[in-house]
Amino acid sequence: MNKNNLLLYSGILIFGIAAPFIFPAFKVQLSILCVLIVLATTWNIQGGEMGYNSFGNILFYGLGMYLCASVQVGMFFPLAEWTESGGEKTFVHTPVQFFQGMAVGLIVAAVVPTIVAGLIGYSILGLRGHYFAICTLGLGVAAGEISGGIEIIGAGQGFTTPPFPDIGSLDSRGEFFYFLSFFVLVLTFLAIRGIYTTRFKLILNAIRDNEDKAEAMGIETMKYKIIGWMISAFFCGLAGGIMGGLVGYIDSTDVAFDGREMGVFMVLMAILGGKGTLWGPIIGATVFHIFKEGFWTFFLGWQYVALGVLIVVIVIYFPEGIMGWLREKYPEKFGEVIDEKDRKAQVELK
Amino acid sequence: MDFMVFQYPMISVQACLDGILLGILFALIAYGMALQWGVMNIINIAQGDLVILGGYIAYFMYLYGIHPAWGVIVSPIIMYFVGIAIYKLVINKVVDRDLFISILATFGISILFMQLMNFAFGADVVLANSDYGTTMLFNNNVVLPNSKIFSAFISILFAICLVIYMKKSKLGRAIRATAQNARAAKILGVDTEKVYAATFGINAALCGVAGALISITFTIHPYMGLPYTIRSFMIVIIAGLGNLPGVAMSGMGLGVFEEFADYILGTEFRIGSVFLLLVLILVYRRFKLSRKREYLK
Repeated sequence: MNKNNLLLYSGILIFGIAAPFIFPAFKVQLSILCVLIVLATTWNIQGGEMGYNSFGNILFYGLGMYLCASVQVGMFFPLAEWTESGGEKTFVHTPVQFFQGMAVGLIVAAVVPTIVAGLIGYSILGLRGHYFAICTLGLGVAAGEISGGIEIIGAGQGFTTPPFPDIGSLDSRGEFFYFLSFFVLVLTFLAIRGIYTTRFKLILNAIRDNEDKAEAMGIETMKYKIIGWMISAFFCGLAGGIMGGLVGYIDSTDVAFDGREMGVFMVLMAILGGKGTLWGPIIGATVFHIFKEGFWTFFLGWQYVALGVLIVVIVIYFPEGIMGWLREKYPEKFGEVIDEKDRKAQVELK
Repeated sequence: MDFMVFQYPMISVQACLDGILLGILFALIAYGMALQWGVMNIINIAQGDLVILGGYIAYFMYLYGIHPAWGVIVSPIIMYFVGIAIYKLVINKVVDRDLFISILATFGISILFMQLMNFAFGADVVLANSDYGTTMLFNNNVVLPNSKIFSAFISILFAICLVIYMKKSKLGRAIRATAQNARAAKILGVDTEKVYAATFGINAALCGVAGALISITFTIHPYMGLPYTIRSFMIVIIAGLGNLPGVAMSGMGLGVFEEFADYILGTEFRIGSVFLLLVLILVYRRFKLSRKREYLK
């Protein structure tokens, strides 16, 4: 790591810690931004690096959300009665119970989706290309439809997560969730940055570029594909658990397994930033979130129309993303050496 | 869980007949999808939304006092031009690109359509009442609405017309040639750009017919599009591209499966079971193919 990078990272870290105090009104937005960045970077592991474009990571996100909330409630109170009462004040978590439940819930929310990803991945990751994309799309929607029919987690009427306990100051809820999500973001970033320096990333790229050849070279592609998906699922589950507490209300199709929002957002953010890069999804998520929060209010009710147009425009005119565009403009910054002769020959060809 | 369906045989007969009549409609939509998948190699996620849009055209005719059955003629004509417009605006830019790009682009179109229909027509579940009455069979134990029989009949009629058109007409031959080898067709003087546009238009028109029939027999709602896309995708992968009897058979099979799932699991799991079936079929397909690969080794 050179000095420049160290400065950059410490700058971002300090900004991240100071952000809720500089912009106290935007705490919730900043926490959502952290969650979005986590989702985009983890989508990028198998979407960008591995070439397996999944619409189904929303499955792990929603699973984490439901698991975290149910564990948090179920540890201390009967779950069925909680959902029956619709989150009224019959059961109240004490602060200790709340944080204990949250901690255990987050662990469960991270571990169970990872296992699920391993199990599903074995059967699904053998599919190639568009079959995989549609299959994961089906998984996400099926999970939403099925969880909307299960009584114990609130079925169609939703699930209220435990309200934040009263511990002194009013702002503590926002700060707690912000620092939790920021911590998960830092954890994700460090983990993924670590992964991207190892041989594992090269194997993922080999699978993306030519899977049959990679297999012929002696790489057990299935094993690495499953591990890649499990890493995504781990962080998606964590992000889902936090988001459930932050939103305070879980609905099967509108919050948890929301393929039309989160499920598309994570793909879109990664593509907008540039898939297959470390910083791309982070930049993409930030730009997307600022755009969304800044302009959504102008569209008032037309958000989804704007979203549809945005998807089409980004996909058609901007498939390489911001990082891809920068790379084309300043190749030397990315450590690419251009052969002058080759470039001239290409210009002549055009 | 409710196993009443197996205790009373007449309910099974009812479910089977309902399923077959429904499945013929699915097969019509799937035929459109197979057509454009085969020709352009694009999976159109907005397929179901085109169906719903076609349904709303028939519904509006019904609102203005015209019998909704005429929607079967009006809706495909309008939808043909909608399809061509979508092709000119979006699809022709993604035809030669990565498959995922086209899936995502059509997903965007799907969201756009969903929301525009929600604004234009409202979020209510509607149906166009055709007043066709019902037919009683088997000693009045099985009730079939005549509208369902009518819709199955019209779907079969359209499918036959299309097959003949594809076999005999010049454009049909050009479409089939492009599906076989786009480059060779281009060399031999086929304007592939035009063929693509026409294919997408025909696909949209088929969706329009199916949508008009669905608005007569069942209900339509702006957000109901995606299940139709998934159903047609499923039918196409079971049957394979260019296998018309297979498309019809698997369409009916899916219809029967859905009716039984509806009776046994309950209506709230109906859509969920369709999506789960898709996943199961794809997983089965993967294991079957991997066995073939091992055999080759």
